Amino acid sequence: MYRTTRQYRFAASHRLHSSELTDEENRRVYGKCNNPFGHGHNYVLDVSARGPVDEQTGWAVDVRKLDNLVTRQVLEPFDHRNLNEDAPAFRDIPPTTENLGVEICRRLKRNWKELFPGKWPKLEKIRIAETAKNIFEVEADEVE
Amino acid sequence: MLITRKVEFSAAHVCRNPQLDDEQNRALYGPASNPHGHGHNYVVEVTLRGDPDPVTGMVLDLKDLKAILNREIVEPYDHRFLNYEAPPFDRIPPTTENIAREIWRRIEPQLRMPRSRLDSVRVYETHDLYVDYFGEDGPK
Repeated sequence: MYRTTRQYRFAASHRLHSSELTDEENRRVYGKCNNPFGHGHNYVLDVSARGPVDEQTGWAVDVRKLDNLVTRQVLEPFDHRNLNEDAPAFRDIPPTTENLGVEICRRLKRNWKELFPGKWPKLEKIRIAETAKNIFEVEADEVE
Repeated sequence: MLITRKVEFSAAHVCRNPQLDDEQNRALYGPASNPHGHGHNYVVEVTLRGDPDPVTGMVLDLKDLKAILNREIVEPYDHRFLNYEAPPFDRIPPTTENIAREIWRRIEPQLRMPRSRLDSVRVYETHDLYVDYFGEDGPK
């Protein structure tokens, strides 16, 4: 069994702010990440898929298909965007990297069969680094 | 406990299945099927699972592991054209998946140590694309 991992990068701005909290509470919880003007990150996304090797191609995952899926579902909607303003998923929830990771994993899982209609390969997990020091992983089994 | 040792090699390859004709190979692999080949700086991470020896504090002697990896990976592959010089890649395409499996096949029998065994082989073709192989009986 093989796991193929492909890395992608995108840059986006965000502001951490919860509509469930007061301004004072938001400032206390999120600190400088609550700056009203927002700030940005160079996100690094690793997408991992698992499967056996196709004997003819020698591949477990056709990376060109994976690139196509990630471009449409992640890079186009999120790269050089303001996550709070431009991404409907973050209209009501704060675009923390936890929530962003879940949203990305959900988008890939929901659209996976369009490009990979067979039993294999399966989306296994995504790993997203907000900075070199803050890294989050979401297993495909954790999301719908 | 997992321990990982890294080795690197630079090699040329062409993604080509000898059972297909030129046009089929071009359609399947795109630029990677250029018959003159192209190259990568491969990075291989070999991970062992085991328990430290209570006396030495080591899972295994990393000098021994280094010697095995040099003999089985660096010597046969470094500065080679894999399709022409490193069987079985004259018969099967040297994709990252197939390279990971071949490395596993070469080193696994030598890594059945009293306190450890091979857990996985990771092969980076480029910094943004890598494959982990867990063996034929690895987790599904």
